[in-house]
Amino acid sequence: MSKFLKFAAPVGALMLAVPAMAQDNYGLGRAALPEEIAAWDIDVRPDGLGLPAGSGDVWTGEEVYVEKCAACHGDFGEAVGRWPVLAGGQGTLSDEDPVKTIGSYWPYLSTVYDYVNRAMPFGEAQSLEPDEIYAITAYLLYVNDLVEDDFTLSNDNFLDVEMPNADNFYMDDRAETELPLFASADVCMENCKDSVEIIMRAAVLDVTPETDTEAEVVVEEAAAEAEPAVTAEAEPAVVAPDPELVAAGEGAFRQCKSCHQVGEGAKNRTGPQLNGIMGRTIGVVDGFRYSRTFAEAAEAGEVWDVDNMAAFLADPRGAMEGTKMSFRGVRKEEDIAALIAYLQSFAE
Amino acid sequence: MLLKPKGKKPSRRQFLTAAAAAPVAAVAGRVAAQETPDPAIVEKQPWNQFLGPGVDEAPYGMPSKFEAHVRRQNVPWLTADPVSSINFTPLHELDGIITPNGLCFERHHAGVAEVDPSQHRLMINGLVDKPLVFTMEDLMRFPRENHVYFLECAANTGMEWAGSQLNGCQFTHGMIHNVMYTGVPLRLLLEEAGVKTSGKWLLPEGADASGMTRSIPIEKAMDDCLVAFKMNGEALRAEQGYPVRLVVPGWEGNMWVKWLRRIEVGDKPWHHREETSKYTDLLANGQARRFTWEMDAKSVITSPSPQMPIKHGPGRVVVTGVAWSGRGTIPRVDVTTDGGMNWHQARMSGPSLDKSMHRFYYDFEWDGKPLLLQSRAHDSTGYVQPTKEQLRTVRGDNSIYHNNGIQTWAVNEQGVAENVEIS
Repeated sequence: MSKFLKFAAPVGALMLAVPAMAQDNYGLGRAALPEEIAAWDIDVRPDGLGLPAGSGDVWTGEEVYVEKCAACHGDFGEAVGRWPVLAGGQGTLSDEDPVKTIGSYWPYLSTVYDYVNRAMPFGEAQSLEPDEIYAITAYLLYVNDLVEDDFTLSNDNFLDVEMPNADNFYMDDRAETELPLFASADVCMENCKDSVEIIMRAAVLDVTPETDTEAEVVVEEAAAEAEPAVTAEAEPAVVAPDPELVAAGEGAFRQCKSCHQVGEGAKNRTGPQLNGIMGRTIGVVDGFRYSRTFAEAAEAGEVWDVDNMAAFLADPRGAMEGTKMSFRGVRKEEDIAALIAYLQSFAE
Repeated sequence: MLLKPKGKKPSRRQFLTAAAAAPVAAVAGRVAAQETPDPAIVEKQPWNQFLGPGVDEAPYGMPSKFEAHVRRQNVPWLTADPVSSINFTPLHELDGIITPNGLCFERHHAGVAEVDPSQHRLMINGLVDKPLVFTMEDLMRFPRENHVYFLECAANTGMEWAGSQLNGCQFTHGMIHNVMYTGVPLRLLLEEAGVKTSGKWLLPEGADASGMTRSIPIEKAMDDCLVAFKMNGEALRAEQGYPVRLVVPGWEGNMWVKWLRRIEVGDKPWHHREETSKYTDLLANGQARRFTWEMDAKSVITSPSPQMPIKHGPGRVVVTGVAWSGRGTIPRVDVTTDGGMNWHQARMSGPSLDKSMHRFYYDFEWDGKPLLLQSRAHDSTGYVQPTKEQLRTVRGDNSIYHNNGIQTWAVNEQGVAENVEIS
């Protein structure tokens, strides 16, 4: 850094004097087309630069939010599990346990638009339309008590919204406030204090992960050994799914992975683990809190088969009204067949 | 990322009890005389007699199977989902200054992007004379440089702000790695596009599903940033941003955008999520520092440490650890064995490079009495690593990031080490 500051002025002066030097230094790369820049340049700044035209109101926002966001962030931004809390926390920033949310902490509303647009929904990034993002942003302002329920947010009034914590950020001042304190030329080396007491121990909390590595290694080795057996078509006790379809299904399953696990050691995540799901009663995985529609299916003893699974995968909310699975559905029929074959390949 | 545990605890603890059960040599100094011949000498081992695998058995070699315990690990309660999470470098098992590629800690916000290099592009747009697109082949034709730099997550040691929490330097200090990068100075790419005089800030952006972005001042970009495609001589690992990442020497790891696909030049910072909601430092008064880019000087003893107890009993002990500073080199580290009553200057060994990890040793004779081990780094600017208490006095208890306070390991008579804080 210091090196640059020292040389910055002379280099700049040189470039002004000999402008040709600044051009085509290496002649590498090609001109970016306007369409290419438009495709990638989606960032939004606090001054509104980058905001597209559009608008959305709180109620539309609630609908979109409940469908696309609530599975992780909770219906009112209160969050599920360890996913980020988005609402509340006002007045807690100097408490023992501050709650940093959009309403209590974020200095700029543009950050909400930019982040939702570039990275959300988790596992399906950049799938929302501008109007949906304005609506979600309006809803997030509403659950943070920053607007009324009749509020509509648009690119026209975006800069009018004031974020309550905007003035509580300031530029890194360690150079003034810390470096002089921590830069003592002569540190103490001998007889620096009379006594020393232990005042806190990590063992009391006991939150260190276990390091039972041997067991994990054995599991991995076993899994590695098991792989060739599948291609060798060993012991087809039940009708084994077509290996090619299973392989295709493994690819298609990537869109499910952000919420579901399947296979050895699969655990419930945002969605239940899926081992042995085909042929089993609907909605009975231990430890998973199902929607009412799934609980009812479980009570009625309904079983997952190829047909109802295909219907559910194609249109989750159409097939199981009220499901918590906020996923738009699998578009291609061949992907549905492949996914079912893939799920069939995992026993209980 | 949440940094305090909620409710549930792991059911069982292992290394402390395992270490306590290890046999302890009865006497200090030289090992007791061997009474019966050592089977390792007088009996033939299989590898003394039989042939091993030939060449090509492992076209890409892996460590000995006896080193299988040397691995990255995560702390499951920290984050909601492993797809957006972090794991930790096993610092306690490493020596020297270079982190092996497969052990470099990982931090992803949308999993590991599997980028096909032939389909990867790097665009420079915004306040430039000529917006440009580079292929990987284009990047390989610029002059390259090699530099060893540490990359430390700003949240490294963040779980320790409120007090001792995790038993192991892997968990307290393992959000860091140190490798040699090969790459193109970012300055050359920016000059190729021609930054307009109004261009004061950059926004690098990743190609993964999190579209990671950070604002970086142009001075840093023109000074020492690299657009890197190799680490320790081989292609970047996928989890480290293959095929190309940004290197921002000495500054917090979140800015080192992986899977780098675009750099926009602007006249103001963007204040995106990772520099407002995250990576800002909340102080006791409820106000927050932003743009705290530089990593302060820091050190930690990697052995003995909770995962590396002293198993051999009294006598010679090698105390070793690592130190680094985002502002330069580490000419000196002090070590104490009595909790800071008396300090000894450690022996530095290995290359001393700007914004790189440094290795130190303190070799001493242990009398078998309890130890309170600490290390204290001095960097080339004269900064001395503060105690955690000194840091809390300035910043309060609500910070997450930039905890570079002095770490204490309490070693008991059995050689078992624990993460503690002392008066």
